[in-house]
Amino acid sequence: MTDLTRLSIADARKGLDAKTFSARELTDAYLAAIEAANPALNAYVAVTPDKARDMAEASDARIAKGEAGPLEGIPLGIKDLFGTKGVHTQAASHILDGFKPGYESSVTSNLWRDGAVMLGKLNMDEFAMGSSNETSYYGPVVNPWRAKGSDTDLVPGGSSGGSASAVAAWLCAGATATDTGGSIRQPAAFTGTVGIKPTYGRCSRWGVVAFASSLDQAGPIARTVEDAALMMTSMSGFDPKDSTSVDLAVPDFAAAVERGVKGLVIGVPREYRMDGMPQEIEALWQEGLSWLKAEGAEIRDISLPHTKYALPAYYIVAPAEASSNLARYDGVKYGLRVTGKDITDLYEMSRAAGFGREVKRRVMIGTYVLSAGYYDAYYVRAQKVRTLIKRDFEQVFAAGVDAILTPATPSAAFGIGDAAMKADPVKMYLNDIFTVTVNMAGLPGIAVPAGMDGQGLPLGLQLIGKPFDEETLFAAARVIERSAGLDLSPAKWW
Amino acid sequence: MPGRNALTIIDTRTPNPKSFIQGATGDWEVIIGMEVHAQVTSESKLFSGSSTLFGNPPNANVSFVDAAMPGMLPVINEECVRQAVRTGLGLKAQINKRSIFDRKNYFYPDLPQGYQISQYKDPIVGEGKVLLDMGDETIEIGIERLHLEQDAGKSIHDQHPSMSFVDLNRSGVALMEIVSKPDLRSSDEAKAYLSKLRTILRYLGTCDGNMEQGSMRADINVSVRKPGGAFGTRCEIKNVNSMRFAGQAIEFEARRQIDILESGGTIDQETRLYDPKTGETRSMRSKEEAHDYRYFPDPDLLPLEFDDAFIAMLAEGLPELPDEKKARFVRDYGVTPYDAMVLTLEKESGDYFEAVAKGRDGKLAANWMINELFGRLNKEGKSLAESPVDAGQLGAIVDLIGSGAISGKIGKDLFEIVWTEGGDPARIVDERGMKQVTDTGAIEKIIDEIIAANPDQVEKVKAKPTMIGWFVGQAMKVSGGKANPQALNALMKQKLGIE
Repeated sequence: MTDLTRLSIADARKGLDAKTFSARELTDAYLAAIEAANPALNAYVAVTPDKARDMAEASDARIAKGEAGPLEGIPLGIKDLFGTKGVHTQAASHILDGFKPGYESSVTSNLWRDGAVMLGKLNMDEFAMGSSNETSYYGPVVNPWRAKGSDTDLVPGGSSGGSASAVAAWLCAGATATDTGGSIRQPAAFTGTVGIKPTYGRCSRWGVVAFASSLDQAGPIARTVEDAALMMTSMSGFDPKDSTSVDLAVPDFAAAVERGVKGLVIGVPREYRMDGMPQEIEALWQEGLSWLKAEGAEIRDISLPHTKYALPAYYIVAPAEASSNLARYDGVKYGLRVTGKDITDLYEMSRAAGFGREVKRRVMIGTYVLSAGYYDAYYVRAQKVRTLIKRDFEQVFAAGVDAILTPATPSAAFGIGDAAMKADPVKMYLNDIFTVTVNMAGLPGIAVPAGMDGQGLPLGLQLIGKPFDEETLFAAARVIERSAGLDLSPAKWW
Repeated sequence: MPGRNALTIIDTRTPNPKSFIQGATGDWEVIIGMEVHAQVTSESKLFSGSSTLFGNPPNANVSFVDAAMPGMLPVINEECVRQAVRTGLGLKAQINKRSIFDRKNYFYPDLPQGYQISQYKDPIVGEGKVLLDMGDETIEIGIERLHLEQDAGKSIHDQHPSMSFVDLNRSGVALMEIVSKPDLRSSDEAKAYLSKLRTILRYLGTCDGNMEQGSMRADINVSVRKPGGAFGTRCEIKNVNSMRFAGQAIEFEARRQIDILESGGTIDQETRLYDPKTGETRSMRSKEEAHDYRYFPDPDLLPLEFDDAFIAMLAEGLPELPDEKKARFVRDYGVTPYDAMVLTLEKESGDYFEAVAKGRDGKLAANWMINELFGRLNKEGKSLAESPVDAGQLGAIVDLIGSGAISGKIGKDLFEIVWTEGGDPARIVDERGMKQVTDTGAIEKIIDEIIAANPDQVEKVKAKPTMIGWFVGQAMKVSGGKANPQALNALMKQKLGIE
């Protein structure tokens, strides 16, 4: 029998409907793969085999009755940021020790409604703060990809590093992820997977542990564009429990995948051509443009003049919201409690012990930029920058551009414990240089594998779309995926 | 409201010597502004579906949102928005069609989110006014703003030797913070303001105004100055939960500040607490210790927006408010402004009055309600709703007096019977022979008998005409109090030959 874990979601669905194999068999195959690989990759922080098997058997029953949902029997990994009822939900933080919510997030509820099976909870940067998955309380996730001839462990990117690594290493058919500044797209690019951050408001944030509320969006990481589209269709939808969710009909995203790019105008923003950008990234970008052009798209140079302010403004807005969102982790109600002589002591000791360095850094930055005397200089100005960034995009789209092509990351995956990034957090923050603008503007963005660097590591391109026009992104990403024709199977060393 | 930028204060009042406080160095004027927290009457909380029912067991009214579970999000309760707009309309205030919810960040165990959702720069209601009747003068107190915010839970410190308990039932309940301008100039005005505000809220049905249950509490800003002089430094007295305490706290605080200033000291801007046991205020925290609340717009909530049609719909549904009702009572029923004010303090008493006064002598109805009915209710500690005498019965009593069937004095007896035994007043009068004797023949007969039986007194009254009172009293006694007093007096004078 072929390795069931290698099947795409689309193919697995066909096999299940044809009863070539059962959902239980598919789930067992993934559980076995997780058991074998997780000690090396550390992608899962909690595996839920009993729940997975129960859900798979229920799927088999529905398939037998001809009542299969769109994702019936498809085993998924769930980022630890999503609230899953009765199951480990700790945002990979020590401060949420032992926390199991009494509720299920709206996005995961949608997936279970459509028949998907939960394999377990995926590792991530603590509270989604990080670009390398090294800030997790549960230790770093390892990228299944290695440079040619090297046995150095590489990061899978972050914060959805567990999701990306698990998808790339066939430890789930697809995974949920979240993206606040690039946390879906950067790890997807580092692991040769497809990741889409939909338009802000497309997916409900209800039940997802908040990092920066005005930027957070859930999205899938999958092995193909089509799989990402299938998951996106199920995950999306208006939710009256989230005031920022948008009441719009959800299209069948998978139906848009093969639409092509003929007649589309693809923008190339000159501000994304950074000083010191590696030649291979530039070459990849040009190649992506040529593929789109070859399929009938018009390529147009555009300007997004406020791009350079996006990253600094992001590192004001996101920490500001985070400092407030994380105030609830105080040792009083749930999770870790370290008692002291009084309540202030309890707060200080619980938070000191419960939060890691990066989380503390951002809580302090956020507290600082919101404090009296600094608020106008930082937070208010950052919000103004945000408005300008949004306007940049609006003007370009109004001028007829349908989507924008950029690199996804400034480099391929780097080593775990990278000395330069350890020494200077800003270097780490620069990983999000191409992705944060999209969050600041609330737009959809997709990362799709487009090539390999000189060391045989995957590289991705990013497509940015108009609000609620994810369909064009899926269509254009599919053209790149097909044109690149990559073999995205990391050599199995684990 | 610590942290809020200082407002440019416009003094709308003329110093009134009647309100001055005497100090060793002369007169002082007290300046008072209030921040009233009024619990919105609504079935569920401001941002969650939990019940707001008072008196449930601790932590019975708590949802995942109220407990600030990870990933939980607030969703605005539209009824609370309607109530805030209704209140704004009742305060003749500017209604802001776009307002913003902000987070006020601070740590406290009964604040599970680590922030309170409130409105800071863009409140739902702007400037308005409240009119106060102070004796023969009506004064206008400015309203600065009204905003919606979440209440906190309750920390309980006396249940365990080393631990505190937290009850989140109140956590997230909607409050309206109603901020007055610093237009109040005495503790009496402050009490009148609280009372009037409560009356308006109760008329509107937007807050039950029960201070003892904590559904209305006041933060009182107090400063003193030489009459008409520059404003002084203010202190804020937190969480005063009765009108009486408000008056006492202001009196004490004004005196404390005057004493400091007169002995050459300066006032520290600080937050103070009033202790009803000692009647004193004491320092809670200084300006330096004030929190930096790090207000910023809550990213979980969109700006609150509605249109003119929404406001118009709510305006249309508003009940008649106390000021309008009072004016109408003066106009339509001829009652004095003071009586009209008393009758409109509660919506229920206004309704009761109208039921009694309709088609009758309004002044007589007002007198009977205020003096007899309210007097008796007060004496027995009963509310109008608990009155054993209903409006129909009191109306019948007023009818009997108005027609001269009974005297006012008999009316009081009749009221007593109706109060204790109930029944139809007209029938009681009939059955118990309480009708006033206006038949001059009958009265003459009584007078003649008394004159015949008391020749000595007749001699005396001729010398001293004021003695007539004795004769009238005797006659009234014989008539069982039923003789018409006017007729009796006139006939007696005639028979005794007194002018």
